[in-house]
Amino acid sequence: MSDAIFRPFNPSDAERSDRSAGDRARHRVKVRESIRDNIADIIAEESIIGQNRDRIIKVPIRGIREYRFVYGDNTPGAGQGDGDSEAGQIVGKNKSQQQGEDKAGDQAGADYYETDVTLEELIDIMFEDLELPDLERKALRQIDAYRIAKRKGYRAVGIRIRLDKKRTARERARRKMVSRRTKGVSTSPASADVARRGRFPFHDDDLVYRHMITDVRQESNAVVLCLMDTSGSMDTMKKYLARSFFFLLYQFICTKYRNVEIAFIAHHTEAKEVTEEEFFHKGESGGTFISSAYQKALDIIQARYHPSLWNVYAFHCSDGDNFDSDNPAALKTAKELSDLCNLFGYGEIKPLGSRYYESSMLNIFRRLDADNFQTVLIERKEDIWPSFKTFLGKDRGQDQG
Amino acid sequence: MSDYTLTDLEYWDARIREKVQEFGLDCYPQEFEICDHNQMLGYMAYSGMPSHYPHWSYGKSYEKLKTLYDHGVSGLPYEMVINSNPALGYLMRDNTLCLQILTIAHVYGHNDFFKRNFTFQTTRAEFTIGTFKAHADRVRTYIDRPSIGYDKVEYILDAAHSLSLQCRRNLAVRKLSTEDERQRIAEAAASPPDPFQSIHRRVVDAEPDMKRVPPSPEEDLLIFIRDHNPFLADWEKDLLTIVHEQSQYFIPQIETKIMNEGWASFWHRRILDALELPQNLHLEFLVRHNQVVRPIPGGLNPYHLGLRMWEDIERFGDHPTPDERERLPPGKTGRDLLFETRDVDRDVSFIRRWLGEKLMRDLDLIRYEPRGDDLVISDVSDEEGWRPVKDMLLKNVGMGSIPVIRVEDADSGNNRTLLLSHAHDGRDLQLENAERTLGFVHRLWGRDVILDTVMNGKKATLTFGERGFAAKAAK
Repeated sequence: MSDAIFRPFNPSDAERSDRSAGDRARHRVKVRESIRDNIADIIAEESIIGQNRDRIIKVPIRGIREYRFVYGDNTPGAGQGDGDSEAGQIVGKNKSQQQGEDKAGDQAGADYYETDVTLEELIDIMFEDLELPDLERKALRQIDAYRIAKRKGYRAVGIRIRLDKKRTARERARRKMVSRRTKGVSTSPASADVARRGRFPFHDDDLVYRHMITDVRQESNAVVLCLMDTSGSMDTMKKYLARSFFFLLYQFICTKYRNVEIAFIAHHTEAKEVTEEEFFHKGESGGTFISSAYQKALDIIQARYHPSLWNVYAFHCSDGDNFDSDNPAALKTAKELSDLCNLFGYGEIKPLGSRYYESSMLNIFRRLDADNFQTVLIERKEDIWPSFKTFLGKDRGQDQG
Repeated sequence: MSDYTLTDLEYWDARIREKVQEFGLDCYPQEFEICDHNQMLGYMAYSGMPSHYPHWSYGKSYEKLKTLYDHGVSGLPYEMVINSNPALGYLMRDNTLCLQILTIAHVYGHNDFFKRNFTFQTTRAEFTIGTFKAHADRVRTYIDRPSIGYDKVEYILDAAHSLSLQCRRNLAVRKLSTEDERQRIAEAAASPPDPFQSIHRRVVDAEPDMKRVPPSPEEDLLIFIRDHNPFLADWEKDLLTIVHEQSQYFIPQIETKIMNEGWASFWHRRILDALELPQNLHLEFLVRHNQVVRPIPGGLNPYHLGLRMWEDIERFGDHPTPDERERLPPGKTGRDLLFETRDVDRDVSFIRRWLGEKLMRDLDLIRYEPRGDDLVISDVSDEEGWRPVKDMLLKNVGMGSIPVIRVEDADSGNNRTLLLSHAHDGRDLQLENAERTLGFVHRLWGRDVILDTVMNGKKATLTFGERGFAAKAAK
């Protein structure tokens, strides 16, 4: 037997030898395709709301399992006991009865039905085929949005390219005049010497540089106004549906704008601005004046998010229950709001099985004539994604038309 | 970083090889490559092959291995060795010296097994690496060809992979040519010569269907489809050949998992004991060894079962009990039995021949059945229970865990429908998998596919055609 050959570890080989990169990329593509196919189901699941974007989500995958002819899980098997096994003892769980659990960890050969994606990735996938409506129109202006610098005053120091020649010459001229006026009162031997010879060169003190600052473009600011009815008639399920929708909206805006703020306005008969926590968890009793919320939104926009600097997205979730007397006011404020907003939406949440209210704001708002206003009806979890699409599609359709 | 140098490894390798020769192991020349954990994961994903054709499933496999490794669910194997001549082994750079020594010894055990066990004789070890390289090159050529491209190749590979293990299991048995088979059928159909022909009524032999394709049920699905679907392009046929050949290469390893791992563990133990390691190395060795060969309650650790069986075979040869003495072939020592068994058995025959009631009881082997949500022990290895336990074990080892599907007729109903049958042995097919896999058969065959099987004790017919999948239970 000849000697064995040892090939030593070669770090540069190791770096180059990421041989599975191509296959991994292809697998990743398939995973994403599979997620995209099921995105509606995934969005309807509760797990994505109110979560950190780095959070890892388990997403069921269809289509990238490797299928073969295999025996069913209901077949008996043989194995090793713990040392003193007796008939009738339970040795484990029947795989076919466990659903949705990722067993890849301890069972070699078991195919996994779920894959991990970060929320971030999921959102990317969700939004890939959607574009934020307003951006399309502003797309041209959006180019180089953050590299554009704006002049702001002058400085005595700076880089050569920003030297302002005209102002520098003016500084020199000014200094020359001053030195002529003070002739005889020699400031320094050098300058006296220079003056005598008739030359008056530039001095460091003359140099003037343009000062630049990075401009904050208005396209990079957006605010999402979440309005919700927190009156007694909004139950947990309705709030959950509303929350999913707001979440989507916020996440979506986040992917498109650099600086996104969010404001929550809870209302019943009167509106107030609240924190997210309060927004979703505090129930109020009493009736509903929708106009109060809209008025509050208008106030907030005027005070903090002027439309010339901010892209305003407002969405209102309610169960459609409003005091009749408030409807004209609601309509009026809604009109004002849609004038200020990039997109303004009203979502009526009526889970199936809940009492059907005769007063539906959908009918009222039908009279509202604004291109960027959209009403949607959400009856079940599965409606969220299509509604969301409709909502965003409103503006897009207008662009295309 | 590590507590050894290459010179250390060479020193220990030389000493191990002394022992290997002393014990009479018969190995291919050996090569080792030191690699880091990323390379190891890469090798694992591609079955250890230095070059392999691309397919997303290997990316998936890598991701899965890496996830498990990163989360500490599973460690990496200490070693990996592929059946080739020279045998190629990978050593993890970060392992301790003790682990490297153990690994090297273990690798020689596998090496010997690859060279000598009969199942591996069909794998052409001299050409392994070259063959895989050639396969990879061919697949890449198809991918690069503008008229084909990645997607079309993947489309075929996806389907071929799902059927890759639907092939003959015992490759040592020669496959008959179609003509030979036809002749055999004709001979079998003819009635035996009758000396009293004159007084008997003339028997008219039933005419065997000589036109039937295949003449007798065929297990090599990919090859059959390749040869009998006239609409496949040459490159498609080649892809089927490649996938088939690769799975043929791996079948011996599937068929001898318990023997092979047991054998390597048996010999690394022997070799390391004989090396007279320094105290500290020896203690670490014992710890590692016991980790590797520990029993897994509820499961079956091939290292453990295999090792115990080889030890029992040796004991049987050297120190038989009075009962066993008469079964022992005269003049055979334990060592003789070990080497003979290594040469001629595979897991099924190994267990059938060598796993006795006593050892089964010692190992506490059990048979379990699903009952509701739980798996419940139905038999233990006692006096009346050991047979069912052993039977169950025999059904599950090696390729036994893969259902046998055969091509019965390529022209069923005279419209080129492919008729398959599942050799049902009490275990039903998993329906979702069957559906998808039949879809892949349909993809490759291009016409309707029918699979006869048994579901819940009733005959059932699964079909996959233009309109998709249908399952029908016979009345």
